[in-house]
Amino acid sequence: MTKTQYRVIGSRPVRHDGADKVTGKAIYTADTKLPGMLAGFVLRSPHAHAKVVSIDTSQAEATPGVHAVITGADFPDVEDKVADLGEGSVNLSYLSSNCMAQQKVLYRGHAVAAVAATDVHIAEEAAKKIQVEYEVLDSVTWVLDAMKEDAPLLHDDLVTDSMGAKAEQPSNVPVHLHFEKGDAAAAFEQADVIVEREFKTATVHQGYIEPHAVVADYNEDGRLRIWTATQGSFTCRQQTAEVLQIPLGNVLVTPCEIGGGFGGKITVYLEPAAALLSKKSGRPVRIAMTRADVFEASGPTPGSFMRVKLGAKNDGTIIAGEAWLAYDAGAYPGGMIGPGCMCVFSCYDIEHAVVDGYDVCLNKPKTSAYRAPGATQVAFATEQLVDELAQKLGMCELEIREQNAVKEGSRRVDGPVYPPIGLLECLDALKQSDHWNTPLEGPNRGRGIAAGFWFGCGLKSSAACTVNSDGTINLLEGSTDIGGSRTSIAMQLAEVLGLEADDINPQVGDTDTAGYTDVTGGSRVTFATGMAAYEAGRDLQQQMKTLAADLWDCAADDISVGDDGSFSANGKTVGFKELAVELFAAGEHLVGRATVSPECPTNGFGAQVADVEVDPETGKVTVLRYTTIQDAGKAIHPSYVEGQLQGGTVQGIGWALNEEYFYEDDDTMANASFLDYRMPTMLDVPMIDTIIVETGNPDHPYGVRGVGETPIVPPPAALANAIFNATDTRMTELPMSPPKLWKAIQSNQTSE
Amino acid sequence: MATVFIPAQLRELSGGIQSVELEAKNIRGVVQQLDAMFPGFKDRICTDGNISPSLQVSIDSVITSRGMIAKIQPHSEVHFIPAIGGG
Repeated sequence: MTKTQYRVIGSRPVRHDGADKVTGKAIYTADTKLPGMLAGFVLRSPHAHAKVVSIDTSQAEATPGVHAVITGADFPDVEDKVADLGEGSVNLSYLSSNCMAQQKVLYRGHAVAAVAATDVHIAEEAAKKIQVEYEVLDSVTWVLDAMKEDAPLLHDDLVTDSMGAKAEQPSNVPVHLHFEKGDAAAAFEQADVIVEREFKTATVHQGYIEPHAVVADYNEDGRLRIWTATQGSFTCRQQTAEVLQIPLGNVLVTPCEIGGGFGGKITVYLEPAAALLSKKSGRPVRIAMTRADVFEASGPTPGSFMRVKLGAKNDGTIIAGEAWLAYDAGAYPGGMIGPGCMCVFSCYDIEHAVVDGYDVCLNKPKTSAYRAPGATQVAFATEQLVDELAQKLGMCELEIREQNAVKEGSRRVDGPVYPPIGLLECLDALKQSDHWNTPLEGPNRGRGIAAGFWFGCGLKSSAACTVNSDGTINLLEGSTDIGGSRTSIAMQLAEVLGLEADDINPQVGDTDTAGYTDVTGGSRVTFATGMAAYEAGRDLQQQMKTLAADLWDCAADDISVGDDGSFSANGKTVGFKELAVELFAAGEHLVGRATVSPECPTNGFGAQVADVEVDPETGKVTVLRYTTIQDAGKAIHPSYVEGQLQGGTVQGIGWALNEEYFYEDDDTMANASFLDYRMPTMLDVPMIDTIIVETGNPDHPYGVRGVGETPIVPPPAALANAIFNATDTRMTELPMSPPKLWKAIQSNQTSE
Repeated sequence: MATVFIPAQLRELSGGIQSVELEAKNIRGVVQQLDAMFPGFKDRICTDGNISPSLQVSIDSVITSRGMIAKIQPHSEVHFIPAIGGG
């Protein structure tokens, strides 16, 4: 970081895509219309687990208006290999089977066939004529049941991998992870106070407002064009090419505007099927999921079972931790157990710890990332136990967190050591906040706090900026804009060049025009693509120095560039625009470019405080006041940071209090609609107050840290702690919905 | 000398040794030496000659995407940890 006083960074310009968004002109995938376009419909399994004995598509194919029908037989055989997706990886065989079932269906909603017709109603009616003979199998949807030896097996050839060691017998547990730091068993012997509990969390969905949708157009020359709602056009291109076994360069993915993703729009679901329907029909095909499809057939985030134990000395030092975690993977391996294990003690400097984690396949949709995937579950457990330790030790819950908080030099349970981080600063901001210092009064009310962490990553980003004849800039980058990133990236370019945000026209390019860019995920876009824009600006400045040397009759090295982006030599100083216009008039034209691959995690820490009132007659929790605090490193556009903090917090409140997949006795989802899957609305939450802490990330030119994920981590724990303080009832299961909380309060009163 | 931490799940190969110090230019050198010291180590963390996709390498608390060719500094600290994805 070369300077701390900024002109553009830290201001709040109107977002470049704002007018299009609020006037309805922004183009989403479902808005895309091509000549001759057909509508696709996906036939899905009504069963949670079944063998597909046969599929007869003849009646559907004979239906007037139908142009193509596909099943799993139309998908090419994909070898059992793991592909790197930039952030994370995927087994291509599993990915293909998830897009279209082959021999078995593994969850209700699993795709078994697809139809393209002149309109979606014809396609749906034709799909109903497809005769699928199923042999229904026993199913399992609770993680501990799925781990039993006699559980129904989802994959006959799946064995447990313990870091390269393979088990001999098949099971539903593809991965066992184990971490040790110090000697936890001996440390627990030395502990003065030990707390231990078991916790459960339900499967929840990201609940993005825009259902998955795709338009595919397969040309006769083998070129495939895709318009889609994706968090990563390049990873979408790779997955689609790999599943269809076609050359990567033949696929062009155009990322349309996206109505939310939160991690759920990285994996492909519809793209390969739409492409095959287009290839078969010779016409472009659009498929859009219904909300029920989204719940049943896209990727929710794992339900879990956790047993966590902490030990502390009488002075409040937490000296030992132990965790046993089992997370849903869904129908295919590859859940969020890794980060779950790595985050369970990530906020506390615990010298001795042991963690075991299990990824578990069961008859639910394949899980996907959801803001800080795997971290919210473990925070629900650990942050409650930290409160319990404080209560047993007679300490303030904030004091024990400050005493044990990780800081620069603290070693994580998985090994790496933290660089400069901002958890202590967040806790101090909480301590100084008006919320914390305002007494909460009244019956059945309680206040709770919790801390949270997410790694944040860098990965690969590119940016190119073309200078116009008036000195303004067209910025081309490849990061799908979910939360205002066009503007936060453009602001970083404007800052380095001494321009205003409005002088930059940012565009999100497709895979043929933008440089390679990894997914919009991992809290990385403002950090990494912003860094690419900064470097592209520096590239421009270097070029301009060389060209200006001819104009000014001096050496390029004689020209200096000021913090305000001005160029100076021989007593002459001009701004970027002025020089750009001068160079253009002299026949020069300029394109700056940069690619970056920052590999350092950005280490986002946060802390939250919640006030609740519990109705003891119904178990309903009313959130009275909520404050979210987070270290943003440097807030490029504070409004967007506040928006991320508020949005993540509200999603966490929904996860805490209401959201869950309900399953019928036959393991099919019972509440696949927004009427029955209860997400919070503006009527359910108060204004989420925010406090942005800025500790500065030394690995970014402006000190940026990722902020998109951490805010969802503390809410269930903060609310559980608040509920305990309101009711003296410790909730160990999510969601803490009225029926469950009411029963727990009744049980607690009975036992007293 | 770089310090390489042996993952807990591979300490059965190292006889319980939690870390070793060695000299290597890159991760390939680290893996080769660890495999010589603890036979079978490479098979447990590599697929097709590269670091397994389910793992990532942390060098001085920075996650490298360069796999076997990632450079090691004389006093680097190396960890093999699970790969993670964000939302």
